[in-house]
Amino acid sequence: MSFEVKDLRYVYDDYLVLDGITLPIREGEIIGILGPNGCGKTTLLKNLNRNLSPKGGVVLLDGQDIQGMTKKEIASKIAAVPQTNEIHFAFTVRDIVAMGRMPFQSMMGGESSEDSRIIDDAIEKTGLGNYRNRLINTMSGGERQRVIIARAIAQTPKILLMDEPTLHLDISMQFDALKLVSSISKESGMTVVIVSHDLPLVSRYCDRIVMIHDHRIFAVGTPEEVLTPENMRTVFNVDAELVMDEKIGKRTVMIHDSLGRP
Amino acid sequence: MDVRTKTVIALIILVIAAVFCIFKDLSWVSANVSYSFQEVWEALIGEGSWASERIVRDQNAPRVVAGILVGAGLAVTGSAMQAVFRNPLASPYILGLSSGASLGAAMGMIFTVPFIPALIASPILAFVTCFLTMALVYTMARAGGTVRTETLILSGVAVSSLMSALVSFMTFISGDKLEGIVFWTMGNLGNADWNEISFMIPVISICAFLLITQAKPLNAMMIGDAHALDLGVDVKKVRLFVLVLSTLVVAAAVSFVGVIGFIGLVIPHIIRILLGPDNRRIMPLSIIGGACFILICDYISHVIAPQFGTLPIGVTTALIGAPIFVYLLIRRRREVGWN
Repeated sequence: MSFEVKDLRYVYDDYLVLDGITLPIREGEIIGILGPNGCGKTTLLKNLNRNLSPKGGVVLLDGQDIQGMTKKEIASKIAAVPQTNEIHFAFTVRDIVAMGRMPFQSMMGGESSEDSRIIDDAIEKTGLGNYRNRLINTMSGGERQRVIIARAIAQTPKILLMDEPTLHLDISMQFDALKLVSSISKESGMTVVIVSHDLPLVSRYCDRIVMIHDHRIFAVGTPEEVLTPENMRTVFNVDAELVMDEKIGKRTVMIHDSLGRP
Repeated sequence: MDVRTKTVIALIILVIAAVFCIFKDLSWVSANVSYSFQEVWEALIGEGSWASERIVRDQNAPRVVAGILVGAGLAVTGSAMQAVFRNPLASPYILGLSSGASLGAAMGMIFTVPFIPALIASPILAFVTCFLTMALVYTMARAGGTVRTETLILSGVAVSSLMSALVSFMTFISGDKLEGIVFWTMGNLGNADWNEISFMIPVISICAFLLITQAKPLNAMMIGDAHALDLGVDVKKVRLFVLVLSTLVVAAAVSFVGVIGFIGLVIPHIIRILLGPDNRRIMPLSIIGGACFILICDYISHVIAPQFGTLPIGVTTALIGAPIFVYLLIRRRREVGWN
């Protein structure tokens, strides 16, 4: 499934947030969108499934502009893990994960046996097996995040969009979540777009990295190409370097120090 | 006993109580006099005495049907609004819709409106003012992008008192229609006759049905608008659709029977405490619960002070609903969702 952003522009009121983003996203890759607060990365992600509509440019899914598709069509191919706020209604974990099947059901239709299988599978995979009947409004931010990840997996998407997916998670869960997502990606060819400012995690799990700076794409490429000390200094204002974690043979980013506000 | 069994038992008790109240309401003549079951039946099928047919068929039966429609309509509307506003406190009454609709209805009663038949002048004007109220409250609450509980309730209270003041003004200048309007604003099931009910039946039942069809998208919207969008729900469309339907139900209910509070708030709450927040259960059960609640309240209205006649239903629902609401507020915070 091809997925492409062409010359995307977005403006909030009079404030320019995205200024001409062009980015072909490859099938089955895990792509990280990095940038400091307020650079427009979350806005970019929301434009990818028409949660927001661009003021210019297009998002093409299999060559078709998503502006011309229904929300349901989009949701049957693209799932998202947004940043979550508190949920005030006492839905169970299973209720929430089951919502992932909505794009495939008719307005009044219930759950098919296939749906139930997929829902239970997503619950098991995210380690929520014992939490099935827990009430979402009694859970912590990190637990809620896991439930939302399970829901996105139950949506059996071709493309998964994640906005700061590790923000509230325990350290071990941060790794588990990204490991799970990357294994699903390897198995089923699911494309994953992750917005984050967690440099070590992104450098480890992403095939490609896009750095956003001043509302434009600053650099695109493999972690080695993009996460150079110069780029990280310019964009994140830190003294950092991409290194190999010898013990496990994977990349990580060492952050030595902040450079202070210029 | 699991939740499901408890609910079924509660429902059976409720429906039996409601059926008992329906019979009591239909057979009511005065505090000491009521018809037998056979007399009620004969009056309903047109074989009763002249007096029993007037009282049972033309006076008591429309009252019962109006009660069922209004109770069911307001309760399902309350559950829909609580989902749309993602707020367990939202209800037609608290957000000022009821007083908004009464303004239009009062205008329809006092003035002769050109081009619109008198029968539907009040409901049409009620719909217009009700919708404007909804738009006003929503816009005020939305200032800054997100709808917050505090701003929603505050703007509801503010707009509601503005509308109530305008209704009072209308009442004050209404001259010889004053008594009728005052009585109507208290909420009275006896206000509706068969003509008016034949107008309410399609409006309220179609709207209630259409609201139920939105149960699943509304579930997703209760998690958050962004989540609902990600799940393929056209949030703007669903929100507008539900708010227009709610406005229609409230306008129809208010213009024919007056302001009846607490049903839209209390009924969905109680069901949510018993069965959880899934609107596919909450909305149909609100319809049954709302109808039963109002019928029971109506029976209480008959017997509470018979020497003064039947109490306006709005008084009874508030007398019973307000304490239940306070109980929920104090004792059941967590289940209701006020963490």
